[in-house]
Amino acid sequence: MTKTVTDVICPFCGTLCDDLEVVVSDDGKELHEVYNACAIGAEKFLHSQAKDRITRPRMRQEDGTWKEISYDEAVEYTARMLADAKKPLMYGWSSTNCEAQSIGSEIGEAVGAVMDNTATVCHGTSLIAVQDIGIPSCTLGEVKNRADRILFWGCNPAHAHPRHMSRYSIFPRGFFTGKGHKGRKVIVVDPRPTDTASLADIHLQIEQGHDYELLDALRVAFKGEKLPDFVGGIPKEKIYEVAETLKSGRFAIIFFGMGVTQSIGKNHNIDEAIAVTRDLNEYTKAAIMPMRGHYNVTGSGQVWGWQFGFPFAVDLSRGFARYNPGETTSNDLLRRDEVDAVFVLGSDPGAHFPFSSVKKIYDRPSVAIDPHETPTTEVCKVHVPVAFVGVEVGGCAYRMDNVPIETRKVVEPPEGMMTDEEFLQRVLARVKEIKGV
Amino acid sequence: MAEYLIKNGFVFDPVLGIRGDKADIAIKDGKIVETTAVKSPKVIDAAGKTVMAGGVDIHAHVAGPKVNVGRNFRPEDKLFGYKPKSGIERMQGGFSVPTTIRTGYNYARMGYTTVMEAAMPPLYARHTHEEMRDTPILDQGAYPVFGNNWFVLEYLKNHEIENTAAYIAWLLRATKGYAVKVVNPGGTEAWGWGLNCENVHDPVPYFDITPAQIIKGLIEANEYLGLPHSMHMHANNLGNPGNYTTTLDSFRLSEGIKPNSKFGRDQVMHHTHVQFHSYGGDSWANVDSRAKEIMDYVNSHDNITIDMGQVTLDETTTMTADGPFEHHLTELNHLKWANVDVELETGSGVVPYVYSPGIKVCAIQWCIGLELALLAKDPMRIFMTTDHPNAGPFIRYPRIMKWLMSQDARNQQFDAFKHKDKVIEATNLAGIDRELGLYEIAQMTRAGPAKSLGLAHMYGGLAPGLEADVAVFDFNPNEPYAPDDIEKAFSSAEHLFKTGVQVIVDHEIASNGNKRTLWVNAKVNENPQVMRDVKEKFLRYYTVTLNNYEVAGHHYVPNPYVIEVDATQ
Ligand code: SF4
Repeated sequence: MTKTVTDVICPFCGTLCDDLEVVVSDDGKELHEVYNACAIGAEKFLHSQAKDRITRPRMRQEDGTWKEISYDEAVEYTARMLADAKKPLMYGWSSTNCEAQSIGSEIGEAVGAVMDNTATVCHGTSLIAVQDIGIPSCTLGEVKNRADRILFWGCNPAHAHPRHMSRYSIFPRGFFTGKGHKGRKVIVVDPRPTDTASLADIHLQIEQGHDYELLDALRVAFKGEKLPDFVGGIPKEKIYEVAETLKSGRFAIIFFGMGVTQSIGKNHNIDEAIAVTRDLNEYTKAAIMPMRGHYNVTGSGQVWGWQFGFPFAVDLSRGFARYNPGETTSNDLLRRDEVDAVFVLGSDPGAHFPFSSVKKIYDRPSVAIDPHETPTTEVCKVHVPVAFVGVEVGGCAYRMDNVPIETRKVVEPPEGMMTDEEFLQRVLARVKEIKGV
Repeated sequence: MAEYLIKNGFVFDPVLGIRGDKADIAIKDGKIVETTAVKSPKVIDAAGKTVMAGGVDIHAHVAGPKVNVGRNFRPEDKLFGYKPKSGIERMQGGFSVPTTIRTGYNYARMGYTTVMEAAMPPLYARHTHEEMRDTPILDQGAYPVFGNNWFVLEYLKNHEIENTAAYIAWLLRATKGYAVKVVNPGGTEAWGWGLNCENVHDPVPYFDITPAQIIKGLIEANEYLGLPHSMHMHANNLGNPGNYTTTLDSFRLSEGIKPNSKFGRDQVMHHTHVQFHSYGGDSWANVDSRAKEIMDYVNSHDNITIDMGQVTLDETTTMTADGPFEHHLTELNHLKWANVDVELETGSGVVPYVYSPGIKVCAIQWCIGLELALLAKDPMRIFMTTDHPNAGPFIRYPRIMKWLMSQDARNQQFDAFKHKDKVIEATNLAGIDRELGLYEIAQMTRAGPAKSLGLAHMYGGLAPGLEADVAVFDFNPNEPYAPDDIEKAFSSAEHLFKTGVQVIVDHEIASNGNKRTLWVNAKVNENPQVMRDVKEKFLRYYTVTLNNYEVAGHHYVPNPYVIEVDATQ
């Protein structure tokens, strides 16, 4: 016999869909089917069932092979490593729950770590822009119920957030948007002809790296001022048309992704995109929202916000919280050889950091906490597998619009496996013992 | 639990009617008890010191999404005064939007033990609770906002009070909320389209209802349920010259309604941060104080309580569910602007602000707040707040005490204004020589707010049976003192007890306490229509499912204090 768990939350991307149905065995030990999720979301659940899953911590030997160790030994190694380090980097935090993030902060405080999350290589620039200029935004339901102008800039939800368009942005019918897709105008700005762009009423196929100019041009066009013939490869008539389309809407929303946060201009692009949104509020209602990647990267920024006052790149090494992106950000620290130990949880820098940074992790005492084998676990000295958050243990996560949702446990983890939260609790207790506090 | 005896202090307690007489206060099992009930107590020598109940803040923005926006988007707010971890104290930072940890400690240092979060967007209730959980020491509760909620708008359009009440009861339970908050009724929904409702008869776009109907209906629903606190009101037209008429119009909607609550409150409307709602004139050039008109009304109607919203002349971070107001403000000062509209429920905005003594309007605002308090006939019905952090950070409460207690201190401030003469002309404050005493301060910061919240059976006084929340200040009211001594003494409690635990010893934080979250569980008769409406709206318009909406107990509300209300009769 099987049972079906409803209203399950998908712990994969920042869309944080909460309407999944999961079929599990009667004893709750096996997960059979996942309904309503997109392909990548479903895969995350099914992955937990891999027969060859690593279920015990392991330590790399001199000769490069792994030796299985106990959780006690893993806790001891981690606590010692963090307590002995002058300035450890505690990186990741985007694929775990807020409870674990919160205990992580306490450890970071006790050992004087630098706490950084994956925003450092994706939407950190957006967070900096918000510090410059603010951000008029909304929840995704406002988009569903009101928005008739949808602009995707430098993002491709069709692949990265597959259910975003059907749940919130293009297709759904809401209270004031009874016609669904038919009542909306969709604009995509992307140098590539993506699957998202193929759905657009207008696709501005901008030249790579000219986002700032085009955003600026829109602000000029809103005011009806003169433009050069082409901006970023887009003819001025098109720009005027897009400006008019946005202004004539009742509610406009701009979604933006890494195509614009990590291209030339970085946070300045986002400053300008937010300025576009501010300007639009002179004519109609407008909002803007980053397409956050990991399902709880937003949550780690929130937790650190209320505990330390900064959303990422928080340096606790001097006994109080400092924040200075470019200085206190992971890659800058690694490249300058400023950190002497690396702790990774809930992310895979081995796959996403520049090779020069990955090499620095390899050279140092390092621990990776991850249910999977990843490029990061391959370069760390100790790998601690843990239960999947949102599959084998619940906990709070924040959607891309900062709405907190509680993920659910649907299936038992393999016998004897720890959760992030339990592991961190143990490390915290041991660190306190070592430090005598 | 340890027993304590606080001996020989000068006690100020409106509940017992003690006006600075010497008295002993005994603590046992977390409660205040008769002095004869303690056997071998630890003795605190309070001779020559002031003893009061723990402070109760009826209205502050200290936890939740917009507060955290304020923290995260203002790194500059933490430039100075970051405090390293030391002993029991964790790292703390921030001035106008402090971290949760600093919030708890700083309130405790001022002798406060209970603080209500004044606006919780229901969809973000988990966030609010997570922050409150991480705020040490204080007992806290949060008010979910109702004034722009689609269910409320639709029920009240047809004057369906019973359905509104059933929905309120459901939402309080789902969000673990404490009271019915209303912010710019109808106006924030209008802001979903970039519009606003500026007076009580402005129709709400598409909803066929007016702010007046919303306000009156919510008061009636609140009394139908008999909730501990009354409807908690932030009226339309906040912060605009000439808005005192809107405020009076809003007050009047409470006329003829009697409180129906077994929790001992006398009001049916608490109107918050009234300073922002007491302006005359028709532009910033001729704005003037209408505190007198406002207080004439309040003084003659005992079913209303208010709080001040005192401007403290600091750089701060404004934040409110009044979305259109924050947009208006960013257009005025051109500083950064954050806005979040929340589906079916509410909206909000955040904008930094500098209240400069060099700006005439800021100085007028400063006067108006103090006038409200000094013109009050009954200090049990007007409470000290800064609408933290909107008119200034809460850490300025001791400074406000100084201004209220000393005309000299006020005159010093007048002398520091750039436009002193114009400010005096536009306000009444310079002509007021009243100086409040500590007894009245205790009414405005302890007994009064506790009563208004329906929590007089727990907080606000030192009578046996109440929670043992007691503050001892190094202040001798019988010796001569300079105005600044008041600010200094009340900024740093010498001792503080929170439900019987000594959390401050000799001015130092000694414990993170055992903080509780207060919420109200109102029982109503089964209401299939409302439950059907809830299901339907979640299915069609919300982006989370109904089953993922409720804040379930455990790690969000680890230490709940549930107040039960039975409205099934
Ligand atoms: S869109 Fe994102 S959250 Fe939704 S099912 Fe797919 S991966 Fe999961």
